[in-house]
This record gives sequence, C-alpha cells and structure tokens, in this order.
Amino acid sequence: MKPRGWKELKPGAVVTEPGSAEKFKTGSWRAFRPRWIEENCIQCMFCWAYCPDMAVRAKDGKRGEFNYDYCKGCGICALECPGKKGKKAIVMEEEGK
Amino acid sequence: MARVVAVTGNEAVAEAMRQVNPDVCAAYPITPATDIMQRFTGFVSNGKVKTEMVLVESEHSAMSACVGASAAGGRVATATSSQGLALMWEELFIASGTRLPIIMTLVNRALSAPLNIHGDHSDGMGARDCGWIQLWSENAQEAYDNMIQSFRIAEHMDIRMPAMVCLDGFIISHSIERMEYLDDAVVKNFIGEFKQLNPLLDIEHPVSYGPLILTDLYMEYRRAHAEVMSKVSQVVLDVAQDFEKISGRKYGLFETYRLDDAEIGLVILNSAAGTSKDAVDVFRDKGIKAGLLKPRLYRPFPYEEIGEALKHLKAVCVLDRADAFGASYGPLFMDIASGIYPYKDRPLLINKIYGLGGRDYMPEHAELVLAELAEVAKTGRVKTFKEYIGVRE
Ligand code: SF4
Ligand code: SF4
Repeated sequence: MKPRGWKELKPGAVVTEPGSAEKFKTGSWRAFRPRWIEENCIQCMFCWAYCPDMAVRAKDGKRGEFNYDYCKGCGICALECPGKKGKKAIVMEEEGK
Repeated sequence: MARVVAVTGNEAVAEAMRQVNPDVCAAYPITPATDIMQRFTGFVSNGKVKTEMVLVESEHSAMSACVGASAAGGRVATATSSQGLALMWEELFIASGTRLPIIMTLVNRALSAPLNIHGDHSDGMGARDCGWIQLWSENAQEAYDNMIQSFRIAEHMDIRMPAMVCLDGFIISHSIERMEYLDDAVVKNFIGEFKQLNPLLDIEHPVSYGPLILTDLYMEYRRAHAEVMSKVSQVVLDVAQDFEKISGRKYGLFETYRLDDAEIGLVILNSAAGTSKDAVDVFRDKGIKAGLLKPRLYRPFPYEEIGEALKHLKAVCVLDRADAFGASYGPLFMDIASGIYPYKDRPLLINKIYGLGGRDYMPEHAELVLAELAEVAKTGRVKTFKEYIGVRE
C-alpha cells in the first residue's frame, strides 16, 4: 500500500473502517516465538483466553495453531499454559535461532 | 429586537451559552470564570436549557469530559481561567488534534506563583500554540459576540477545531457595562443545528477515536492541522459578515483605530485597548498622528494582514499583559515582529510589559508610551526595546 500523504487523512485521525486493525500486522515485533506442543495440550483454552491479541486460533472449540501475523511474543500464553503432568504445551523460543 | 442590558462580562457569556443551548457542558469552578458556569448551571436547573451539565472534580476532567462528549457527537462548551487552563493542558492538545469543535471561554487571569486571581494574559498566551482558535475580546459586548460567532467558526465543516474566547478577568468579567443581547431566535438561527462528524454514538457507522500514529503518519497529521489553521481567517471573516447582518456590529481579524494615516501606533489586546484609544484621541487632538491595532483572531495569527496594516508606520509599541521569561520579548511582540519582518521599510518596534496580575493600566501610561513613540519616530532611534510600565523600582 502506498503511504498516505497529508491531504488524504481523515480529520482528527478518526478510524472510520471497523476492524481495520486486522490490516496492521504486528508479528514482526516478536523477539520470542511461542511453539505449541500438541501432545502436552489438554485443550483448556487458557492460551486463547489470555492472549492479549487474538493470536491463538480456535476452531470448533478446539485449540488451533498460532497466528504469527499478530503474535507479539509476549509469552503470556506460555506462562498461563498448565500443560500435562508438569510438561508445558507452549514454550517460548528465541526468534531466528 | 435586540435587548439593551447592563451586565457583567461573565453574565453576557452565560447568556450567550443559554441562547446556544449546548448539548453538554462539563466544568470545574475557578475564579474569575466560576460565575459563568454558576449562572449557566442555574439555567440548567431551571429548565432554561436542555444541556447535560457534568460537574467534575478538576479541570483536567472537565476538558476530558468535553472531549468525550464532543467525540460522541454533541455541541460542547465550557469555561475556565488560569490554573484551570494549566491543568487542562494535555487535553487541549487532544481536543485540537482530534479536531473537536469545543468552545471554551477563557477569563484571562495571572498564573501562580505568587498566587493572584486578577486579569493577566499569561494563561491564554501559554496556550496560544496548542492548536485551538483564539478570539480575544475588549469588552462584554465583544465577549458575547465572539461567543456566538465562535460556534459557527469552530463547527464549520472545513475547520472543526476547538475555539477559546478570551476576556479580561475582573476588568471585564466582573464589571457591569451597557451592551446589547440578540433575540434567542436570532441566535438559534445564526448558529444553526449542530452538524456531527463521525460521532461515536452513531452505532450504524462504528468509528475509533485516538489511534496510535507513529513516525509513518504523525508528521502528515501535523501538516494537515496547519492547513486547517490556514483556512480559519476566511471563515472568521465570512461568519463576521453574517453576524453584522443580525447585529449591525462589524468584526474583522483585528480592529484598527485611526491607523490608516498614523505614524505611530499601539498594538494591544483586550480591555486595555479601550483605555489606549482614549490616549490616541488625546494625541490626535495635539496634531500627532497616532493610531491603534487590536488583534481579535490571535490564533491562527493573521501575520500577513497585520503586517500589511502596520507596515506604513514609523514606530509601533506592542503592549503585552504577559511576560515571556527568557524569550526577551512578550508573546504579542514576537508575533507582531514576525508580521512586519518581511517588509524592508518597517516601523521601529518597542515592547512594554504592563498590567501583570491585574495592575492598573491608566490613560497616562498609554500617553507616556505614545510620547516615547513620537520621539522614536522623530529621531529614528530607540533607547530601550523592552520595558515594564507601572512597576515600582
Ligand atoms: S506470545 Fe503473547 S501474543 Fe503470542 S500467542 Fe502467546 S499470548 Fe498471544
Ligand atoms: S493453555 Fe496450554 S494446555 Fe491450555 S489449550 Fe493452550 S496450549 Fe493447550
């Protein structure tokens, strides 16, 4: 998308297109990347509920893959994840390693 | 028919607000503006207006509530002074950056410390570059007229900017003058129905206010703001023309008094301009070509028009009722200096600081300044560029 010039702006920076935050991909902010280990997952959906973005996908009540377009790597999901028998179902790994 | 009344400046402003009947007012009391909102809340309690009156716990909250109500889609007004304006500071920028046409009366008062409640322009001068429109008023009539015109200016679809209407604390706010009120129906018709722009409460068209704008767009928004400000002068003149039709009173970007053929002149804001005009007459009677310019639209400042109006003079004194510590000259002086700077043959300029904290500005002060200007014009030499008048050694 061509960057907008000053004549094309809405007065007062008001956003008139609902849901347009979807176009703003924030995944590049991430320094750590969450990895889902499905065998340790108990489908509690804590990660989905706690994610401050909407970066944990859910389908038919089941946990799906991370949406890395928006995941900022904050690690909240990994912290909250109870996992199975002491083994976390989400681990944070440094990006680029 | 217009009603001739004897009222204080604050009473006149409250009456203008009653006639405008805003959707929302949020306010916190502060001397000398308190009286405006006290009278206005009386109108609310007695069912004279339909306004939703929000009594808040500070001026910061007052302006925040005004911002919210304006974004929601209402016509919004408030009033404050001095420390109250200072406490609103961050919200002033939010109101203007968000392009919300809030109207605020600023009853000019000195800033603390030392604590002082009297007329002084340091509050308004501090907020001159916060993106608001500022209209300054010499007397109760002008304050009332500016109030009514300010709604049309701020709400104009090409503008949508908040506006401040300034009048001198106590000297005007608490003194009784003869003036004329317009009929309620005339005012209502003049300001017209409030037109919303992207109101938050329009649930059919959801909008978001206050997004994060980073390095990729912030500068573009500031440039767009400057562009809007460049259109204000014309709107002010158009609205003034319509206002003349309903009131018979003429307004411009500034007022000139015996300035056309003048050789020496005073530039002064608000109430002290009245006193100064008398001194100009005294000098005219002595055969000295004196004149005066009183800015009305102070922000955006009409640099070109004021430069054009002053460029033929030999010597000009700008009188400031606010000091600018460390900037050498008073704020009005600096604007006037910028206005005449482009001209090769320009008047010699001096600056006097007067009337701080409500100190009286007397006709003899104005006459001393004019006498000094006559000397400067004759000799072409300035002894002191900036001086305080009426101050004890
Ligand atoms: S790391 Fe943070 S942003 Fe990414 S999925 Fe987990 S909770 Fe959401
Ligand atoms: S919090 Fe952990 S265990 Fe619960 S659904 Fe998410 S990944 Fe699975």
